[in-house]
Amino acid sequence: MLWGILSLLLAAVGLAFAAGGRGDPIAVHGWIIILAGLAGLVVVARGWSLPEPPESRFEEYYDSPTKAGIILALVWGVVGMFVGAWVAFLLAFPDFNFSGPWTSFGRIRPIHTAGVIFGFGGNALIATSFHVLQRTSRARMPDQFSPWFVLIGYNLFCVLAATGFMLGITQSKEYAEPEWYADILLVIVWVVYFAIYIRTLARRKEPHIYVANWYYMAFILVVAMLHIVNSLAIPISLTSAKSYSLFSGVQDAMTQWWYGHNAVAFFLTAGFLGMMYYYLPKRANRPIFSYRLSIISFWGITFMYMWAGSHHLHYTALPHWVQTLGMVFSVVLLIPSWASAGNALLTLNGAWQKVRDDAVLRFMALSAIFYGITTFEGSFMAIRPVNSLSHYTDWTIGHVHAGALGWVAMITFGSLYALVPWMWKKQRLYSKALVEAHFWLALAGTLIYVFAMWNSGVIQGLMWRTYGETGGLAYSFVDSLVAMHPYYIARAIGGTLFLLGAILALYNIVMTIRMPQEQQVDLSPDLPLAETVVAAGE
Amino acid sequence: MFGLHYKLERTAIGLVIAIIAVASIGGFVEIAPLFTIDETVESDPDMRLYTPLELAGRDIYMREGCYACHSQMIRTLRDEVDRYGPYSLAVESQYDHPHLWGSKRTGPDLARLGGKYSDAWHVAHLINPRDVVAESNMPRYGWLAETILRSDDLGLHLRAMQRVGVPYTEEMIANATQDAHAQANPAASTTQGVTERYGEETNIRAFDGDPQRLTEMDALVAYLQILGQLTDAPFQTAMED
Repeated sequence: MLWGILSLLLAAVGLAFAAGGRGDPIAVHGWIIILAGLAGLVVVARGWSLPEPPESRFEEYYDSPTKAGIILALVWGVVGMFVGAWVAFLLAFPDFNFSGPWTSFGRIRPIHTAGVIFGFGGNALIATSFHVLQRTSRARMPDQFSPWFVLIGYNLFCVLAATGFMLGITQSKEYAEPEWYADILLVIVWVVYFAIYIRTLARRKEPHIYVANWYYMAFILVVAMLHIVNSLAIPISLTSAKSYSLFSGVQDAMTQWWYGHNAVAFFLTAGFLGMMYYYLPKRANRPIFSYRLSIISFWGITFMYMWAGSHHLHYTALPHWVQTLGMVFSVVLLIPSWASAGNALLTLNGAWQKVRDDAVLRFMALSAIFYGITTFEGSFMAIRPVNSLSHYTDWTIGHVHAGALGWVAMITFGSLYALVPWMWKKQRLYSKALVEAHFWLALAGTLIYVFAMWNSGVIQGLMWRTYGETGGLAYSFVDSLVAMHPYYIARAIGGTLFLLGAILALYNIVMTIRMPQEQQVDLSPDLPLAETVVAAGE
Repeated sequence: MFGLHYKLERTAIGLVIAIIAVASIGGFVEIAPLFTIDETVESDPDMRLYTPLELAGRDIYMREGCYACHSQMIRTLRDEVDRYGPYSLAVESQYDHPHLWGSKRTGPDLARLGGKYSDAWHVAHLINPRDVVAESNMPRYGWLAETILRSDDLGLHLRAMQRVGVPYTEEMIANATQDAHAQANPAASTTQGVTERYGEETNIRAFDGDPQRLTEMDALVAYLQILGQLTDAPFQTAMED
């Protein structure tokens, strides 16, 4: 019933956009929203005559949204990485493209960034958080409706984002490009997501909230805060996609990088640390090395990251004192960051032979190493004189990808490989050899990518600041661009290797799901505690 | 301390409040004062506003993602000043909703681009960058010259900008569409209105070479030619330095 009403509402909003926005690209989004609403109605209508599912389902964990989220994450991952490899080739060979506006570099580049961050990363976070939340609380999620609402609403947001960029709909704020109506949709989805967390925690049968959930909660709460403030804007009309940001100039720049850097902190770090704190010890079958280190690193990251955004604006028109604050906190941030990485690696003590033999655990171990490397590099690059060389160059791109490929994607692949057999009740993955192949493709791709960008970034930075013997600048801008060409080719190859690995992962996981059930798997260890048991215990 | 945490992690609401409190401090200390401390943005009462055509061009610049490869922020470093011109001041982007400072220079900085090249150079460069700079890896934007600019809603754009604090007058908003057409057609009888509203310095030219049609190319080139020209405050600062 609720689904029917929501689908109708959605279709009505879509109709308003489609009818009112004629001549404006928002009309296309109107049609997409109408289609989403109609698809919802069809699903509701078809379910109408089905028999009521058995009551016994309430005695199990609610895993179907997680299963769907895993598949969506992998599909978005392949799409986002494919577009990434494409734009990488465009930088080396700019005419390697169709002639129309829809697929020009500037429009598809945000499809790459949003596709991998929000499509791949976001779906993986939602899927794993539902799983971790229920297992560590030993309780089923509170209702049938809201997890699906979150997953479907979130993916509608991703589709509006990606199609919007092709149509030229963008706020132009980096990593916050979707326009006002998509932003509002995301806020609604996020409120429901948070409610699921709080309601499930309220039902928990464990007295303590496990550390993974602290991180997932910080991810949900702070991303909401950042998203709402940074996206404040006035649309030119309610049937137009275009809006103008509430902030301008220096205040807008600071707000944007407060958002941008903390999207890295709370979307790409906190959320994935939540993943790491559950799946790494589970897979290694070892307890977390230190509870106290977890506390120090959690609160250190939550407090200090929020100050660090201004290091994106060194030597700009941003007041000097804000730059200095950003630099200082960025450097100190290394302590909680390395506390997390160290905690993960020390957890593996006594299980290193498993890291050697098990490519899934090796993904997780390697991700912790890359997390350590990237956070060190980040603190280093935030130091003002270092930043004078690195800023505006490919070094930044190399840094981001050391984190995105080496840390975020590796912990995600490792966690999903661990999670898939549990979710679909299989004894093992379809192919261990394919996981092994994926591991080496991912590692090789990351190293080629990152070394190419380190080289090109440092060369670029040095060429821009080199003076000749006559006292003038030694190189023109075009000289530096020509010097980048071989590195741009190398980067595109590295990215393609990484993409191939992701395709293997999608294939391997789909085949795992399709494997015949060998025998009845015993479910008993993976069930929530029944209400009555707890009542008796209290 | 760890004992206290042992209690905190047993209450979901406690954790939520603690996370929000701890995470809010940095933003408050760094962002709120930027709105209240007067020295943050220099003042220039003579600063010019974007004309409707330039604003439309700026929207195209955002739509095509130009900001991903071009910065508009010259840092206070000797080599940047030698390469691009006087370093950027906060006042220059005070009407930029949002800012377009950028974060990457796959192409050069554009903060002082205005007036550096001819309109014809820009048009040729946008149609095929490699016709003008053989080594360039910039994408082609040929369709801009073929696409008629949507100008009927420019009043709405100016109205929204007014709502977020840019001092557009009611007269400017009422004449937005007409002014956009006039700015790209020097022979039009309405060009006088443009200079009356936006100043004598306003560029009034057939930016794409064809005064009869108002294309997206007109808008984008008009915008590129005004970059760094809205105020002369950075040049005065450079003289004082």
